[in-house]
Amino acid sequence: MGKIVKVLKVISSLALFVGIWELIVLTGRYEPSLLPSPVKVLEGMGELVKDGTLITHFKVSLSRFITGYAMAIITGISLGLVLGYNKKVWEFVEPVVQLLRPVSPIAWFPFIVLWFGIGDVPAIIIIFIAGFFPTLLSTVSGVRKVDPVYLNVANNFGIRQPHLLFKIILPAAFPMIANGLHIALGTAWVFLVAGEMVGAQSGLGYLIIDSRNSLRSDLVLAGIIFIGISGLVLDRLIKLL
Amino acid sequence: MYISIEKVSKAFTLKDKSTLTVLDKVDLYIKEGESICLLGPSGCGKSTLLNLIAGFDTPSTGTIKIDGDTVTQPSIDRIVIFQNYGLLPWRNVIKNVELGLEAKKLKRKERRRIAEEYIKLVGLSDYKKHHPPQLSGGMQQRVALARALAVEPKILLMDEPFGALDAMTRMHMQDEIERIWQEKKKTIIFVTHDIEEAVFLADRIVIMTPSPGRVKTIIEVPLPRKRDRTSLDFLKIKDKVFTEFNLK
Repeated sequence: MGKIVKVLKVISSLALFVGIWELIVLTGRYEPSLLPSPVKVLEGMGELVKDGTLITHFKVSLSRFITGYAMAIITGISLGLVLGYNKKVWEFVEPVVQLLRPVSPIAWFPFIVLWFGIGDVPAIIIIFIAGFFPTLLSTVSGVRKVDPVYLNVANNFGIRQPHLLFKIILPAAFPMIANGLHIALGTAWVFLVAGEMVGAQSGLGYLIIDSRNSLRSDLVLAGIIFIGISGLVLDRLIKLL
Repeated sequence: MYISIEKVSKAFTLKDKSTLTVLDKVDLYIKEGESICLLGPSGCGKSTLLNLIAGFDTPSTGTIKIDGDTVTQPSIDRIVIFQNYGLLPWRNVIKNVELGLEAKKLKRKERRRIAEEYIKLVGLSDYKKHHPPQLSGGMQQRVALARALAVEPKILLMDEPFGALDAMTRMHMQDEIERIWQEKKKTIIFVTHDIEEAVFLADRIVIMTPSPGRVKTIIEVPLPRKRDRTSLDFLKIKDKVFTEFNLK
């Protein structure tokens, strides 16, 4: 019963949103290229699905995303474990991290193009930067918040490195690391699209730029909706872990 | 003497650079197989002394020797049981008990066999696959006990092990410790502020006073085991302890 109510709520919320949108389009006499109607956008979505454009771009985006995100979590977690465990080294590194963290990954774009050229790599690097900092910071704080009792117990039973890391510290810090991975996923997905808008010739972000260039605002909105849906699906998927 | 604690002092430097003396020239000698209770109000340094014997910390001055060797670091020969159990919540009961065995070079099957034996000893065979948060406090402390005993330490150090348990469970756990102590013949040092617990379990009760922590007196408890908490002799010793703390 509760589930049905929940689904009904979601449907009615979306329906209301689309209804208001349609009403604005009908009453406002806007130029269709400035505000396409929901029907037009739905047709556009159908078009993108049917001719295979969507799936091609989605596949490209997803493979970039997986590569960049995997790189971010592998380096973020391994560096985070080391830095979280070595308090002195972390104190030394932290100022630099805090300085770089608030910089949007897109700001690095000029350098990224100079260093890595164009193609898949710039988008991957941008996703990497976007996912790296949340993962690193949550891992460091997760490791530092490991209950000292666990360390005493390990010490007492003669558990030394590297077992200490894998048997005690990593599992103890895991809930916090998982939280960081979740945040990193959302951030990385946001910047995937941004990265593809400035540097790529394919992918969901490029789809939007391409549609704009051919003055198809219905396809722009269709692309936006697809990006939203796939981001949501990814978010739900990682929550299952 | 098996464990000799000679002129041990421990001072901590506080944030304002002043020093706090927690233990002041403590002398204590413990025989092998003895059950010793460190009893006193909070701040008397009893937990600090236990940590020093465990090797989690080193004395500022003085030495602690066990079987002739000075204690400098923790050892699997003397396992600490903590008030909050120190179980790993991501491991189930049997995996928790196996933790200490993993550092020893044992085959997986052998590890499992030993772990099961000790889980049986503490009466938790039906809960092998449970995770610590699913168990009651008393059961969690039994798991910690099984984990400690599984590595066959010579000495058990218990830091207010039943402090978080309700009165009834606490007495059951005391019975349990008594039974295991009889069966396994370990040297036990435990910290408590529960007078009855001390009289029930200890061969000798070391009474400590705070600021700075010192040994005030040592009371022998020459009662036969298993002790009757309501017998006259038991109450007489309890009386003596109360007198020492000026609680009469």
